[in-house]
Amino acid sequence: MTVTEAPSRRKLSTAKAMVEGIAQEMERDPSVFLLGEDVGSYGGIFSSTTGLLDRFGPQRVMDTPISETGFIGAAIGAAVEGMRPIAELMFADFFGVCMDQIYNHMAKIHFESGGNVKVPMVITTAVGGGYSDGAQHSQCLWGTFAHLPGMKVVVPSTPADAKGLMISAIRDDNPVVYMFHKGVMGLPWMAKNPRSVAPVPEEEYEVPIGKASVVRQGRDVSIVTLSLSVHHALDVADELAGDGIECEVVDLRSLVPMDTDTILESVARTGRLVVVDEDYLSFGLSGEVVARVAERDPSVLKAPPARVAVPDVPIPYARSLEYAVLPTHARIRAAVEEMVGA
Amino acid sequence: MEPQVRADLYDMMVLIRTFEEAILREYHADKKPVFDIGAGAIPGEMHLSAGQEPVAAGVCAHLTGDDAVTATHRPHHFAIAHGVDLRRMTAEIFGRVDGLGKGRGGHMHLFDPNVHFSCSGIIAEGYPPAVGQALAFQRKSTDRIAVAVTGEGAANQGGFHEALNLASLWKLPVVFVIEDNDWGISVPRSASTCVTSNAVRAAGYDMPGERVEDNSVEAVHEAAGKAIARARAGEGPSLLEVHTLRLWGHFEGDAQAYRTDLEGVPGRDPIPTFEASLRADGLLDDDGMRAARERAQQRVEDAIAFAKNSPQPEPASALEYVFA
Repeated sequence: MTVTEAPSRRKLSTAKAMVEGIAQEMERDPSVFLLGEDVGSYGGIFSSTTGLLDRFGPQRVMDTPISETGFIGAAIGAAVEGMRPIAELMFADFFGVCMDQIYNHMAKIHFESGGNVKVPMVITTAVGGGYSDGAQHSQCLWGTFAHLPGMKVVVPSTPADAKGLMISAIRDDNPVVYMFHKGVMGLPWMAKNPRSVAPVPEEEYEVPIGKASVVRQGRDVSIVTLSLSVHHALDVADELAGDGIECEVVDLRSLVPMDTDTILESVARTGRLVVVDEDYLSFGLSGEVVARVAERDPSVLKAPPARVAVPDVPIPYARSLEYAVLPTHARIRAAVEEMVGA
Repeated sequence: MEPQVRADLYDMMVLIRTFEEAILREYHADKKPVFDIGAGAIPGEMHLSAGQEPVAAGVCAHLTGDDAVTATHRPHHFAIAHGVDLRRMTAEIFGRVDGLGKGRGGHMHLFDPNVHFSCSGIIAEGYPPAVGQALAFQRKSTDRIAVAVTGEGAANQGGFHEALNLASLWKLPVVFVIEDNDWGISVPRSASTCVTSNAVRAAGYDMPGERVEDNSVEAVHEAAGKAIARARAGEGPSLLEVHTLRLWGHFEGDAQAYRTDLEGVPGRDPIPTFEASLRADGLLDDDGMRAARERAQQRVEDAIAFAKNSPQPEPASALEYVFA
């Protein structure tokens, strides 16, 4: 029997793409190693490290005790001594037990040392809700990390970006917080977004940190967003196209640095801005995007901007309540329709 | 103990004390008549280590610049004993452009990668990074070790316990050092923990724990030697607590009204005690003392002059070094 090689547009889930990026870097650079809770034989609670233990052994894929201050601090120490650790904080919600190591140490050492000490490490962490995991396991919180200077913050939405951003994050000489939404990972036990499995190049490649992506072009309104909300925005854009409304969708891909130019160029084309953010509304990403547009050139706006975010309430447990506060397809659509006067 | 080792320990303690006295003088010189913490050539909080010299001198005598030290918000004695560049350290304390951090760090945030020295203003939080440095050393198959220093108040922090657990679990070459100066700012040890010796906490992590009771540099040197040799031999971490002495306030400007032990403090100054011991053994006389102080004075004055001659950082450069 002849087996025909599949075309190169091989499809992977976001989780597998992320793991492939880690594995290729571990092959390339012996200083890369991984540590965290259940990253070994379990393979990461959200499949972020599946298969790595078998491939690289317990010296380079280290299961840790439930001890985030300890192991994230240890990653910092290893990084300043020239290694490139990837430390997984199982849920971003858990940062409260280890934030000191993150923002007082990891993010400040380079600055405090006047540039003499580098901390080349990655923190990976799962974010986001939508599956009734409650107020302590469903937050995004990227605005909090992005607010504190000294760490880059990347948030992929697609498998290809997940791999390329991971490789960039590992190679970066700065600390990078890599936040992956559970809803984009393509996990078999979670309602699957159809775009969570998509073509991913096999070779190593970098997706530059700090460059947004215009994932759909349109003339009427710019939806600026990231992570799972990109997929909601694309769904809304597909629907509204039938009604003659053309949405441009901008995937930020990183909060720090933020690609203000791409946002501005998009809003200049469409004249209208809807920011969609699964993090809390106040003092966060959505306000930041609006502020940057307003500061740079408010004249590009034909209408007041709109924000669709979590309205400053802890994420509720009951499905009906949770979906009332998440930036759902329906809320995004309503915001766009109101803005274009449809 | 070898006479030369004792002489070297003495020289180091004198250098540290001379430095701290100079910083004390410079710090207060321009804060009179009204104390303003942010004013003057050395602005901000200042935590001096007078009285704790035996710990730094005794421990660091066993280290080379390839070994790592993470110290606390009271870092000068360990920085000096571990060989941090004295001029650039002083310039950093003065907030000058030639400082270790080009004026970004200040006295609680000294980083000298040449000797793997760092310190932190957050209690107990230098412990986990030391574990990571030790992990890196272990992976590189060296005999380098990491020394993590805290005060006794830090032994009640989570980071302390997490670090001890990890280091023991992974059998890492770390020596955890606790400087018990009896006071966590104004709260005595007796009001903050139920154990009279933090060394017993080592047992909870299956590592040796030893407490040196009398702030003797020779006793510290001996105990640290054992712990460090064990770490270098790949036998894992140890905990060493030294009952030391905070001779001055928690920070400069601290009136210490809360202290109940001040009356006896001058008599416990470890430097005259060590001098008496060296004299009794015929290893030190007036000339020797004078020579040691002059050598120290020269180095300290040179460092202070270097710092004062270094310019203030350009305001326009304030945003530099956030990212590499």
